[in-house]
Amino acid sequence: METAIFIVCAAIVLAGALGVVLVRNPVHAALSLVGTLFGMAVLFLNLEAHFLAAVQIIVYAGAIVVLFLFVIMLLGVDRLEDLSVEPIAGQRVLAAVVGLGTFGLAAAVLATSDIGLPTQPALTGPITDQYSNLRQIADVLFTDYVYAFEATAALLTISVVGAVVMSRRMARDDQARQSAQDD
Amino acid sequence: MTAVLGPSVFGLDPLYIGGVGLAEVLVTLLKVGVAFAFLLVAVMLMIWFERKLISDMQNRIGPSLAGPFGIFQTLADGIKLFFKEDLIPERSDRLVFKLAPYLSLVPAFLVFAVVPIGGDFNGGDGRVSLFGHETFLQVSDPPVGILLVLALSSVAVYGVMLAGWSSGSKYPLLASVRASAQMVSYEAALGLSLAAVLLKSGSLSTNQIVSEQAVWNWNLWVTWVVPMVVFLIAVTAELNRPPFDLVEAEQELVGGFHTEYSSIRFALFFLAEFMNTITMSAIIVTLFLGGPNGPDFTTVGWLSGLLWFFAKLVLFLFTFVWLRATLPRFRYDQLMDLGWKLLIPLSLGWLLVLASYDIAGDRGWNRAAAVIVMLAVMAALAALLGLALRAARHRRELDPQGGFA
Repeated sequence: METAIFIVCAAIVLAGALGVVLVRNPVHAALSLVGTLFGMAVLFLNLEAHFLAAVQIIVYAGAIVVLFLFVIMLLGVDRLEDLSVEPIAGQRVLAAVVGLGTFGLAAAVLATSDIGLPTQPALTGPITDQYSNLRQIADVLFTDYVYAFEATAALLTISVVGAVVMSRRMARDDQARQSAQDD
Repeated sequence: MTAVLGPSVFGLDPLYIGGVGLAEVLVTLLKVGVAFAFLLVAVMLMIWFERKLISDMQNRIGPSLAGPFGIFQTLADGIKLFFKEDLIPERSDRLVFKLAPYLSLVPAFLVFAVVPIGGDFNGGDGRVSLFGHETFLQVSDPPVGILLVLALSSVAVYGVMLAGWSSGSKYPLLASVRASAQMVSYEAALGLSLAAVLLKSGSLSTNQIVSEQAVWNWNLWVTWVVPMVVFLIAVTAELNRPPFDLVEAEQELVGGFHTEYSSIRFALFFLAEFMNTITMSAIIVTLFLGGPNGPDFTTVGWLSGLLWFFAKLVLFLFTFVWLRATLPRFRYDQLMDLGWKLLIPLSLGWLLVLASYDIAGDRGWNRAAAVIVMLAVMAALAALLGLALRAARHRRELDPQGGFA
């Protein structure tokens, strides 16, 4: 059963990932990304990581891709773009090198580790109690990694404040620009 | 729960203890079928109920010709919509245009799967016996239960957003950006007021949340009323119902994001909207009013739960219609002000107050003192926030050119 679910979801994830890269319309590409994220969520469920699966949908599919779509729609980049021109020279070669390198690393890890092909439900150890999924995460997050957690929270707050400040256009700047144009 | 559970992808229903055979599959299919049929019939009755009630409140008769009291009016409208011409705009993105109504409809159906509609919680854990199989009266009880509701309501944004974009017209696009901004904004308040319930229940499973509230221990007073008020307001905005219906605002915007939709595809959006009203009312009942909980007044064990659940459900459906008949529509800036500057800080502060009450209990401190100190801190923070808002407004008035571009 688990293997069957894995095969179906892996196919969905791969199809979505290929869609993101190959589809020409940016909105369709974003939708393929949603397909990939849903496939990943079911894979998490298959590993009994229910909370991760829910968060995957709420945060990635529900917030981040929605943000992508907002940007695509508001900036009007949803017209078909000419893909034959590379915006950054050598981009494709570099992308191929990085992609193959990552794949090689993952393959090397799988080949050399003594775990072999996944036979355990999860590498961090099985979850003993159904309800404790969330509790286990909370325990670790608020004890062992509490400083990292707080630092991440501070970082996010700082970036939000930064974004607000940068998107503010000060009246003085406007006047300066206006007088520069007048001169 | 120490029993060996089946593959946990299926959730915690006792039905799956000891493996899944043909009988378990059939019982599950029956539950899915009943939930599906119930929702469709309930939408039909809800539309009739709303039209009838609102015409009573406005001193007119309302639908009266089709069937007794006009009860078949919705059926007639539905059949008419089926046979109308299906228009697809020339400049639309055909694939996404066809996909969008289903992205609205499917989440509306799925949310209902986690709602326990009945069962005996007076001493039991809500199990009933269906054809000799012990099970919960809900389609599924996943361990992340209530998070599924949040996940699906965030997926529902796609339906609105893509419908507007794929129409290939400026006005639906603008309307859909507005609508999705509204839905995304109120999701935060929704999640934060939900957190108050989770803090008290200590579980995400809807069955557990309802069990914790037996018989009179309803979250409405366990969380001291405020989270439910915030949740109700946020849900109304999330559902795009009046007074937050500026998403479609018939009198001003034609139809908002679904302007270009006609025939059966429009009917699907309409269906999704009313189905969401019913499922979200059911979610409020589950979270705050104890779901099927209530003193058993029948001799049949399972009947009283069902009756209590439906009585509470109708109460909320009535409330939504009542709001529509009573309140004028919000302006867009008022909507955003209410969501971001009032509901989110209020629900976050309330969560902290509840947490301080719990911690004071754990540490053996004086609970009342802890709550009073916490409330004072929150009041000080609220005053600071109010001062900041006032200063910002003052500066905007002095210098209308400054601030945000």
